[in-house]
Amino acid sequence: MTTTVADTHQEYNYEVVRLFTIATVFWGLAGFVVGLLIALQLAFPDLNIEPYLNFGRLRPLHTSAVIFAFGGNALFATSYFVVQRTCQVRLWSDGLAFFTFWGYQLVIVMAGVGYLFGVTQGKEYAEPEWYVDIWLTIVWVAYLLVFLGTVMKRKEPHLYVANWFYLAFIITVAVLHLGNALSVPVSWTGTKSYTVFSGVQSAMIQWWYGHNAVGFFLTAGFLGMMYYFVPKRAERPVYSYRLSILHFWSLIFIYIWAGPHHLHYTALPDWAQTLGMTFSIMLWMPSWGGMINGVMTLSGAWHKLREDPVLRFMIISLAFYGMSTFEGPLMSIKSVNSLSHYTDWTIGHVHSGALGWVGFISFGALYYMVPVLWGREKLYSMKLVNLHLWIATIGIVLYIAAMWVSGIMQGLMWRDYDDMGFLEYSFVESVMAMHPFYLIRALGGALYVIGALIMTYNFYRTIKGDVCEEEYKTDGVLKGAVA
Amino acid sequence: MSFIKKHEKLEKNSILLLISIIVAVLIGGVVEVIPLFRTETVIEPVKGVRPYTPLELAGYNIYIREGCYNCHSQQVRPLRDEVARYGHYSLAAESMYDHPFQWGSKRTGPDLARVGGKYSDEWHVAHMVEPRDVVPESIMPSYSFLLHTGAKIDDLGQHLKTLRIVGVPYTDEMIENAEKDAIAQAAPADKVDTDGFHGRYGEKVLARDFDGQPEMISEMDALIAYLQVLGTMVDFKSAEEVEESAP
Repeated sequence: MTTTVADTHQEYNYEVVRLFTIATVFWGLAGFVVGLLIALQLAFPDLNIEPYLNFGRLRPLHTSAVIFAFGGNALFATSYFVVQRTCQVRLWSDGLAFFTFWGYQLVIVMAGVGYLFGVTQGKEYAEPEWYVDIWLTIVWVAYLLVFLGTVMKRKEPHLYVANWFYLAFIITVAVLHLGNALSVPVSWTGTKSYTVFSGVQSAMIQWWYGHNAVGFFLTAGFLGMMYYFVPKRAERPVYSYRLSILHFWSLIFIYIWAGPHHLHYTALPDWAQTLGMTFSIMLWMPSWGGMINGVMTLSGAWHKLREDPVLRFMIISLAFYGMSTFEGPLMSIKSVNSLSHYTDWTIGHVHSGALGWVGFISFGALYYMVPVLWGREKLYSMKLVNLHLWIATIGIVLYIAAMWVSGIMQGLMWRDYDDMGFLEYSFVESVMAMHPFYLIRALGGALYVIGALIMTYNFYRTIKGDVCEEEYKTDGVLKGAVA
Repeated sequence: MSFIKKHEKLEKNSILLLISIIVAVLIGGVVEVIPLFRTETVIEPVKGVRPYTPLELAGYNIYIREGCYNCHSQQVRPLRDEVARYGHYSLAAESMYDHPFQWGSKRTGPDLARVGGKYSDEWHVAHMVEPRDVVPESIMPSYSFLLHTGAKIDDLGQHLKTLRIVGVPYTDEMIENAEKDAIAQAAPADKVDTDGFHGRYGEKVLARDFDGQPEMISEMDALIAYLQVLGTMVDFKSAEEVEESAP
């Protein structure tokens, strides 16, 4: 990073935040593009190139790239930014902070290369093999130390709510990772290992991990982001302090129980399934507590939505958060799940959360941070932010609508009977019926990629120090609303 | 607001906050996971389930390596249509030696929990080489390279040993003979002596040249051996007795 930038906050370590920010954009683009490729493979199987670029190897590459590379780097970047700003101190250890950056990129590269060569534990969202797991544990402990060390030397007596969420995210992900990754390598010089648990136990532990990768990586962490950047951008205090306390504790307590809803009607004992369903439904409330707290932060400042596309990103992300956290409990009800499970409906549900909530709140935070980090007065272009917003929103709507239709149709076709009491459709007939929706989904994904490219260009120009002159009056104020 | 006053303590003491978070998130996991280790309440005592043979294990590992679980489940739910389409619903015992489980979460392709014996070996070979040759509408990638890639069988003993550490009941004899047993299972019946192999894994175990290439033991041999055993181990007569005696 250039040192000639006039940094108004010399006391903060922005260098490492800048690195994580660049990595977020880079891995985001990579993950979205691989997602688009595998979406197209489902529509056009000839796009599979055996063995390295077959769907089965690329799908973990996509999920890991977007969750852990894009999402993970966004969480590192924003948590290091937020913890410094809200505690008003520099990061506790520069050396360790830079170690977390390079160490984490190494995790991503080792995992990704492994997938292409077929090195995988075969557990969704926890595919990396034992040696990557060990390295990740080391990096994660360093992360916890940097974060906690910074918190402990803070100048503010109170720890701001965003940091509670970041802390819960960091520590719970550590617990989940350690629990689910327990395995015995076949040899110390080889890549293969066998997980300690088998069958029912491995299923329960995997989805205890898997659902809370959603709950703590993709929710608690990003709620931390929301609690800093939404009030900051809206220039309003958080709507309700009491609601923050209430929904923080209920969210982290309840989330951890929800895993068994991934295992309805399986060989998992019924009592565990019922517990999972019950807590999943209860989870609706704390989830909406967070959404309400975020959206209502705009009370008295609603007009800003008209003028500020960055704030619009954040509020739309909260809307998607509210929608997918309503849909989730609905799908966790056993009778609904009997239809939705194993279908594209689940894929659509995940993407309304991932593209809408996680993606948009990250984009909002990035648009806020980039000018601050590089000492620029403003973004290169607000019109491009707005363009990104709408192209990506249309992309998401196409994606999730296509998956709703195809998922419900799949579920209904599988359970349809003819007059004689025989199954009406063969399996492959349901595959054929998916084709048009796979095309629409790929189109939605392509729009999302285009949006991210627009953002990348905008950042490039902003960091270069350019400002789109025609958008601003001579005094630096935006010319009218950009909607 | 007294509860806000009390909460102040947590907001001012980060270590106390950290510990409280850990306690809050551990409770659910402990309640849901620990009881599952009382296996007698989780896994029904049915007859027939045995550890994989070395060749089947090699196939299981190829199944994982290629990410088959991304599109195929191995868990038939006790729903009318699934039982009609795939067969008897899945029992906990059937995956008790899978480290990890392969139940899956998505059916881009059909469930495979009971695919064993449904199709011929020749069908599987043709399907894996080019799925659209046998199912024109299929969107599965092709896996023709499996036919030309030799299965790695020289270290299977080490694999069995590792699995024994995590609880799969492989005997010393099985570990010692792992490579030999893999060869015995995949070679044409008249070429090798399979008595020892059948003695260790049972008479029911399929031993034949799965991929139609008698000169080599390919990854295709291993994968098909694995697929052909899926869902065929349980003796369902004994399973019925267990179900009837259930309270």
